Amino acid sequence: MSAQKVRWVSAFSFLLFCASSVPTWGSARLLRELSPHDYFSSLQAGRASLAYFSHDASPGAQPFLEQIENSVEALQDYGISVVKVQCPKEDVSRYCGEENALRKAYLFRGNMLMREFPTDALFDVDAVVANVLFALLFNEVKYVETLADLQNIENAVKGRSNIVFAYVPATGTAEHRAVMEAAFVYGTVHQFVLTTEATLLKDTGNDKPDVSSARLLFCHCQRATDLAQPCRRTAMGQALTLLNIHRHLKLMGAPLVTEVAEDPEKVSTVHLQLGLPLVFILSQKETYEADRRTAEFVAWQLLGKAGVALLSRDLVDLNVLLRSNVALKTPDEGVPIKYLALEDTDEVITLVEDKSKVEQIQEGEEEEEEEEKENNNQDVQDDQVVEAVSRDKKRELPLEQILALTEETFHSALLEAARTVVLFYASWEAVSLAVLRSYTEVADHLKGTRGVSLSRVNCWDWPGVCTKENVTQFPTIKIYEKGERSVVYDGMWATEELTSFIMLSRVSCPLKLATIDEAEGYLRGEFPSELSSYHHTSLLGVFSTATSEAREAFEEAGSILSGHVTMGMYFEDDALALSRKYAVSPPALLLARSGGQSVEGIALSKQSAQDMVQMIRYELLDIFPEITVQNLPRYLQLRKPFLILFSDGDISQMESEEMLKLAKGRPQRAFVACWLNVRKTPVGRGVLKTYFATVPSLPVLLWVNLHAGGQVFKFPPEQSITEANILSWLEKLKAGLEVPSSTLSEEDWKPPLPAYDFLQMMETAELPLHTSHRHGDTPAQHPPENPGGDVTIQETKAEKVGSPGRDLRGTAPRLAAREKQGKRHSEL
Amino acid sequence: LGLALYASGLCVVSGTAFLYHDYCVIGAGPSGLQVAYFLQQASRDYIVFERSHAPGSFFALYPRHRKLISINKQYTGKSNSEFNLRHDWNSLLSHDHRLLFRHYSRDFFPNADTMVHYLEDFASLLKLRIQYNTAIIHVTLERDRQAWNGHYFLLTDQDRQNYKCSSLLVATGTWVPNVVNFPGSEYVEGYETVSIKPEDFAGQTVLILGRGNSAFETAENILGVTNFIHMVSRSRVRLSWATHYVGDLRAINNGLLDTYQLKSLDGLLEGDLEDLAIVKDKKGKLHITLRFYLENRNTSAGIDSITLPQDELDNFATRAPYDRVIRCLGWKFDFSIYNRSLKLMPGKGNKKKYPQIKPSYESRGTRGLFVLGTASHSVDFRKSAGGFIHGFRYTTRAVHRLLENRHHGVPWPSTIYPITQLTNSIIKRVNEASGLYQMFSVLADIILLRENATAFEYLEEYPVGVLAELEVQTGRKAPNGLFVVILEYGRNFSGADKDVFYYNRAVGEAQHAWQSNFLHPVIYYYKHLPTEREMRLRPPDWPLPHPDAIHHIVEDFLTDWTAPNAHILPLRRFLENCLSTDLRNFFAESCFLFAFTRQKLPPFCRQGYMRMQGLLGSQGLRHHAAEAGLLEDHTLTDLLGDRPPDSHEGSQDQLLRDHVIPVRPLQHLVNAKDE
Repeated sequence: MSAQKVRWVSAFSFLLFCASSVPTWGSARLLRELSPHDYFSSLQAGRASLAYFSHDASPGAQPFLEQIENSVEALQDYGISVVKVQCPKEDVSRYCGEENALRKAYLFRGNMLMREFPTDALFDVDAVVANVLFALLFNEVKYVETLADLQNIENAVKGRSNIVFAYVPATGTAEHRAVMEAAFVYGTVHQFVLTTEATLLKDTGNDKPDVSSARLLFCHCQRATDLAQPCRRTAMGQALTLLNIHRHLKLMGAPLVTEVAEDPEKVSTVHLQLGLPLVFILSQKETYEADRRTAEFVAWQLLGKAGVALLSRDLVDLNVLLRSNVALKTPDEGVPIKYLALEDTDEVITLVEDKSKVEQIQEGEEEEEEEEKENNNQDVQDDQVVEAVSRDKKRELPLEQILALTEETFHSALLEAARTVVLFYASWEAVSLAVLRSYTEVADHLKGTRGVSLSRVNCWDWPGVCTKENVTQFPTIKIYEKGERSVVYDGMWATEELTSFIMLSRVSCPLKLATIDEAEGYLRGEFPSELSSYHHTSLLGVFSTATSEAREAFEEAGSILSGHVTMGMYFEDDALALSRKYAVSPPALLLARSGGQSVEGIALSKQSAQDMVQMIRYELLDIFPEITVQNLPRYLQLRKPFLILFSDGDISQMESEEMLKLAKGRPQRAFVACWLNVRKTPVGRGVLKTYFATVPSLPVLLWVNLHAGGQVFKFPPEQSITEANILSWLEKLKAGLEVPSSTLSEEDWKPPLPAYDFLQMMETAELPLHTSHRHGDTPAQHPPENPGGDVTIQETKAEKVGSPGRDLRGTAPRLAAREKQGKRHSEL
Repeated sequence: LGLALYASGLCVVSGTAFLYHDYCVIGAGPSGLQVAYFLQQASRDYIVFERSHAPGSFFALYPRHRKLISINKQYTGKSNSEFNLRHDWNSLLSHDHRLLFRHYSRDFFPNADTMVHYLEDFASLLKLRIQYNTAIIHVTLERDRQAWNGHYFLLTDQDRQNYKCSSLLVATGTWVPNVVNFPGSEYVEGYETVSIKPEDFAGQTVLILGRGNSAFETAENILGVTNFIHMVSRSRVRLSWATHYVGDLRAINNGLLDTYQLKSLDGLLEGDLEDLAIVKDKKGKLHITLRFYLENRNTSAGIDSITLPQDELDNFATRAPYDRVIRCLGWKFDFSIYNRSLKLMPGKGNKKKYPQIKPSYESRGTRGLFVLGTASHSVDFRKSAGGFIHGFRYTTRAVHRLLENRHHGVPWPSTIYPITQLTNSIIKRVNEASGLYQMFSVLADIILLRENATAFEYLEEYPVGVLAELEVQTGRKAPNGLFVVILEYGRNFSGADKDVFYYNRAVGEAQHAWQSNFLHPVIYYYKHLPTEREMRLRPPDWPLPHPDAIHHIVEDFLTDWTAPNAHILPLRRFLENCLSTDLRNFFAESCFLFAFTRQKLPPFCRQGYMRMQGLLGSQGLRHHAAEAGLLEDHTLTDLLGDRPPDSHEGSQDQLLRDHVIPVRPLQHLVNAKDE
């Protein structure tokens, strides 16, 4: 018996291909006609055969014979031979003799009679095949009549195998045949259960079973551990055909969730092969367990409709938005994988069940998101500066070093010190307060510095002073020179920069140098002594007495750059000596970078002060700078692409030299060659994460088209950073031979969250009154469900009652309620 | 032309000598002095005519009992001089700090003599050009196409001296007492002359006609010595704390309400004064009857034949005879001096005591004639403070600014700011501006947006009634939309019969701000300047037409709208959504990240960091921001290696959404479903 089964199973794949699609195959007469003797002697053990007996002329059996003849081929596929036994006229043996026997067909296995079929049970090919297989597979296919029978079977196989439960309205139908044919193949794998009792269908959990159509359920009993619980069932959605059943069983047999660690484009599973979509749940290390549960949940929901795979992002370099959490791969070729950010599992299921809804979900999701935010996040502070300041407000600032000025004391205070730095701020304004914090640090640095006094004016208290001093924005810092001019600070709001500005502006700009020695000392950074501790580039204008025009422009430029740059000028008679030393002819500019180790000379022509300012600013830029938060804007102003080396710590001598060579080789600054130390500028990691999702191994050299297109290219990490390599890489870039690793987002800065729509609330409340006054062009703002308007009002009123404003008694619960919402309200 | 005329100063037209000035101001009361100050500051050719020998002659007589009901607050707990003007109802506007009323009186309700003294000082310290003892008795027009307004104003004084002006500013106030004529009205004493000595009323029964502050002030004065006082008026009493209108009965005067409602001693009656009649009996007692009875009687018969109401209705309320009847019916504008050609018409209904003017304070009938001060109150009668010093000092300034633009090409003063200052500018103004506060719903700040919303222009205290004419009236352009910042009370909150103390009257949550009842800032957004038609068709009770969006800043108990989350945050969201941009502040580090990772930067980074004015912020602040999950701390990530999961969740923020690892677990939904 078991050997026979094995044979049957092995025959299956062949069968599948031919069973339905190639039925006419080998239609040579397979129906053997034998005499009773021949027949009975030909019967082999284990072989099944269907035989009918006939006399020459028995016209009544004619249609029945036709059906038998037609099913010969089908039965042949299952190794069942069909034999027509010609009864001799005189034969009155058991099968030939009886009148009734001639109206029956007999199924033998070996020479054992298994079953006799009345001819009316074999009304067509389906019936013949179904009934014959049903008779043969009595072990594999249990017929049940009651629920109890079914449950008994379930309990018996729980933990061991699964059940394929089929309901057919009647035996002998095409569906019945399909089930039997499937059982022929899968009978050893799954327990098949068949019923024709519609009540069983009802009891198996179908709410509204259509008793006229056959159904097939896959009962997952193998996984069932709890004997008290019925097995999970998955109904087959399609019509009961052999192919569909095969497909269904194949799907049920596939792993619930496939773990994937390769490019999803390359992944293929049973589902895709069977024309079903595959859903990827994108996971990462941190959330793996949760994602796995999610995947399983989704998989159960989608069983038979789509496959579910769990894709670990950590293992695969995905070039998709990080917020995407689901991907959908369809079996259609050439359709790219769709990456989505879905909010709940229902969306995943909808996604599969109705593909047309995908777009809607995406749109709807955004709306929903907004709504949700309207409810939850709108009143949560999302301004980092405001939030930081309000979290810091309980800390008392060390303001002792900073004089608070009033309308009355302002003018007299300015006269007291040589230089008075005044911070104009508003005590309610966050940026002002952030700057005030840095200002206290400046005060700390400058403690004891002679001739500089630090003070502040709160414009919320003294608006008159601020208006008079032409302060229109908060914060503003002005440096007043005793009884003279004032300079507005226009640098970074940072301790270091402001301190340096204050210190540098103590020295007049440009500083008139009296002797050659002073000039030399100045270039070495030793003179004037108060600046010697500040590392800076010194600029020295050298003028002959004749070049007053250039000198005036230089002086004007100096007043513009005061505080940012140290500028000196020398125009004594022996200026020529100085210019000869540095091989320039006056008017000229000498540039001493970092303590006079190298002095560059630049000829000055007839430039306006503004041009000179531009030129000086340009000259002060480094050739291969280390980019920091503070200095980036200066280099961005060149509006050139960046060739930037991200490094963890200092860059190596070799890299530095190669990059410098590269930068120096292009005099026109076609790009900004620079480097970034992620230890010093940790936000550099943030930049890299945005480009590559994770921080790649450092150092990494990138070409960033900051101002045109925004493409980011990554220098091949396997190549060493040499001028030649970089140059040839850049050539390839220009030729368009490289693929960008990332592209800077072009997204606009839209409002982070919606505002309260008071207009709509007011309109809803006033709707009956002012309908006629409304603009014609804003109909979209009116809710279509006008009758619902009243409800809204009541609701808001009710809410209002629940949120007493001035009533102190209500305060505690109100605050408590807020706590519950988990919002950040540092305000009471 | 103006210069030429100014130079000549005196011109001769058809044989009559005219003294010429660009601006003639009639009346040296508070509003006359106030506009004189602005004209003087702008070096304009002007003259103020005052019929008395000193400024503020109205205050020399009124109020009769000498107590001003405008508050003079010494202390507010704030040093902000602009803010403090909100609680200083007597000072005029000037640059001179000496001219603040608190330096003149320490009384919360100062004496009227102090006001006279103050106005004298104001005129003299500021050297305003006032021609005293000059009563203008006639004003007419002279057509001249060359003139600013197509005509000159010709003024004649009591000495037949003529004056010629291009623009006429009427600051005469309302000084003509309202009288009613009914049979027996000759027995009625007027508020302007009645004795103010309580002893003159000892043991008397007094009937007061009228129900305004002068009537109650009179009653208050004699309440203690009279038998009883009755007050008659057509309308019910309106309490200023219920109506939010300072012209209604102020609490300081309402002692009579106390005695009436407590012990029925004194009383209020409603009735039309026109229907009254007063008859005097032989003992000199005054009886109230109805005009109706008098009309029917035999003219020759004596007092006895007159039917009194109590003859038919024996419990008639005012059946008791009175010793005195006092009329306290207020004042009206003196229309008599204007030639018909000026078409200076009285207003309609309860505004008939005021001349008809446009919301720009210009006469409806005559171009170039502006009405200032109390007489201009028709614009906001029973609504705002335009009839009182603390209101019209601002509307007068607004008129002056309109004139500067119209005649001298000086556009309305404005400041241009980068868009990053938008929230701040509004917060600053709504917290300190006194003009917006006093002239709520009448004067508004206008924010004109520049192209692409990168900058805006801020105009202060523009009369919203002429919003549609903004471009013409101010010389500023509004092609890219505008915000209107205004202060309002809650609609339907104020009113004579409203309970303003009901439980839960105040809104505390920003999301219900539109239901705020107390004075609170409201910001209207228009994509286009409203047209005149839209202004006309605006909903009743709305100061402005239907906007494209509106924002209410929730009312505040301290009128301090600087709370970061309740006030500033919702305002920022509103502005962001109107402009479709992101107005948040960012630390330099965030701007740095954006500069490297995005092709566009938010305005704060664009206008600050990129111009090398980035906000680096102290270490501590950046740490706070990181804790709040609004700034990613890249150092921290690195040091800790694998962070605890909850801190990870904490850093999920909208700000850097695209840059943090998104953890969007679906499992909580799964769990919910399993249950």
